[in-house]
Amino acid sequence: MTSTHRLSHLDQLESEAIYILREVAAQFERPALLFSGGKDSICLVHLALKAFRPGKFPFPLVHIDTGHNFDEALQFRDALAERIGEKLIVRYVQDSIDQGKAVEEKGKFPSRNAIQAVTLLDTIAEFKFDACIGGARRDEEKARAKERIFSVRDEFGSWDPKLQRPELWNIYNGKIHVGENVRVFPISNWTELDVWEYIRKEKIDLPSLYFSHQREIVWREELVFPVSKFISLDGTDKVETRTVRFRTVGDMTCTAAVESEANSVDDIIREIQISRTTERGSRLDDKRSEAAMEERKKGGYF
Amino acid sequence: MDILRFITAGSVDDGKSTLIGRLLYDSKSIFQDQLEAIERAGQVNGQINLALLTDGLKAEREQGITIDIAYKYFSTPKRKFIIADAPGHVQYTRNMVTGASNSDLAIILIDARKGVIEQTFRHSYIVSLLRLPYVVVCVNKMDLVEFSEEVFLNIQKQYLEFAKDLNLKSIHFLPISALNGDNVVEPSNSMPWWKGKSLLHFLEEIEIHTEEESPAPRFPVQNVIRPQTTEYHDYRGYAGQIRSGHFTVGDSITVLPSGLTSKIKAIDTFDGHLTTAYAPMSVTIRLEDEIDVSRGDMLVVTGKEPVVSQDLEAHICWMDQKVMTPGSKYLLRQTTNAVKVSIRSLEYRVETSTHEKKEQPNLGLNEIGKVTIRTAKPVAYDPYSKIRGTGSFVLVDEGTNQTVAAGMLL
Repeated sequence: MTSTHRLSHLDQLESEAIYILREVAAQFERPALLFSGGKDSICLVHLALKAFRPGKFPFPLVHIDTGHNFDEALQFRDALAERIGEKLIVRYVQDSIDQGKAVEEKGKFPSRNAIQAVTLLDTIAEFKFDACIGGARRDEEKARAKERIFSVRDEFGSWDPKLQRPELWNIYNGKIHVGENVRVFPISNWTELDVWEYIRKEKIDLPSLYFSHQREIVWREELVFPVSKFISLDGTDKVETRTVRFRTVGDMTCTAAVESEANSVDDIIREIQISRTTERGSRLDDKRSEAAMEERKKGGYF
Repeated sequence: MDILRFITAGSVDDGKSTLIGRLLYDSKSIFQDQLEAIERAGQVNGQINLALLTDGLKAEREQGITIDIAYKYFSTPKRKFIIADAPGHVQYTRNMVTGASNSDLAIILIDARKGVIEQTFRHSYIVSLLRLPYVVVCVNKMDLVEFSEEVFLNIQKQYLEFAKDLNLKSIHFLPISALNGDNVVEPSNSMPWWKGKSLLHFLEEIEIHTEEESPAPRFPVQNVIRPQTTEYHDYRGYAGQIRSGHFTVGDSITVLPSGLTSKIKAIDTFDGHLTTAYAPMSVTIRLEDEIDVSRGDMLVVTGKEPVVSQDLEAHICWMDQKVMTPGSKYLLRQTTNAVKVSIRSLEYRVETSTHEKKEQPNLGLNEIGKVTIRTAKPVAYDPYSKIRGTGSFVLVDEGTNQTVAAGMLL
């Protein structure tokens, strides 16, 4: 054999992710794929097609809808589930709030990011999910850089970074006690650039939010925020129209846009290659403290 | 572009996290917001503390030590790199083994002032046991020994003396200062006597050994894909990842451990059919005959079979607080296979710093020894020294569900 058969980095990452998805299918009774309509979970769905077609997915797609999502992302979510003919389960943070299980934050920048965990844990209990596949990557944030690919959570959904199982070679140990849950991250080893290069290579469709468009915005803590019915404006806020795109898509209350003219995947890849800030730099929820992500994960956040 | 996965090992305060920070910083892989975050966190000796880039846990930042592995990513136009930043403390040896198990190369750091110490021995032994093809010994903190060539050469000599009994195929030495960046990404002006490459240049150039070229094709079955739809009424595909070698349509196949035979009818992917597939591709294989194949079985090319046995010999690294006593039962996971086993005997424990073999009744946390194992069903495997993907296993305690050992079959 010659080195011409050597797999490219994207092919290696793809093969590793398919292998992990198939391990989930084999090792768990009731897995789920957490799907938000963002680029990382869209890639997960694409990888699941590669792992299980011509068969059906051995898990439903599950979205924990905060009620603060972009309409474009929700429409995309529904259209994708319908196109591939897979089951989509949606559960609402608003229901948890109405039931008194979750309390909405107060203040000028209220976010539903933290209370999303309440609805997620309830949904896991409702369907008795034993594994939840997520699109988190280790390059996103320093606490995530520490997490295993099979990440065991206790019956409270809590992650204990000091008690992680050793994870050797590519042998994953998914054995858990009743009530425990494993979060599985098949694209742990991908970077933001890998994801975009993969989207280009596989010609994967994305919500229009990722590409440049005109939008009403306000400036908050030097970040560009989309104007929506979910944020309260006061006299100090100046609404402007700018050409922007979103580098990461979460809630409208905590996802900042970036000013950008990039309206094709090629443009976006060029933009990321010269960017001097991380993707998470536009997430207000991570800027709250040095250990914001770690604390949320200990609390059951995905 | 390909991927090089490497681990950094060394004792506490040898500067592993600083070295990684330096690699990322000098190769311009650190983003502005990450830099601002560590700048806010304070300085060390008037410089930003690059170690903070990898110590991601609160407890790590509080104590200034690395507790668990952090994975870091960067790429140059030549290669994508995945770094496993492993802890140096003896108590976290199992985490170092975890990081090494997925690496192609180990960087072992030595403090130039201290020379080769016990942790150097321990980590080198683990790297040798896990058969990482390359070791790069970085003699760090050269700035604190006046960039002395003599100090560097003495450490090199001392290390080679120790390493002659180890299975290290390729050892390279580099004098560096991670704090100042000498020979990390850019060549050093302070060590004109050093004519070699910088660390990054070296990492970009070395050839990665892969198992795609192995003469022994191995395909552990993960799942059976049976859509049972009108369109795919009779479809029965075996999904899995090729561990070594390659498979071609028409190859004669033996299924292990059953020994049943057939031929490859098709190799399917979502993107279409393939004539030949190579390690480490994830594919779906269909056979010409309807024979019994399920998860845990291994497809191999007939005539190139691995060992099939119920009696195994292996080196294991024990990773649990509860000691391993011969006679205990565990679940062994090897490739996609899970089988109950009993530890028959502990032949010896290895003193990792001296390679001495000692007899003792049981194996404790972070200890390495040789065991014999009896399995409930026959297991198909290759010696770890030949194929990592089929010669490695973990043991799971079925009471606690914890992964309690890493094993390498002999």
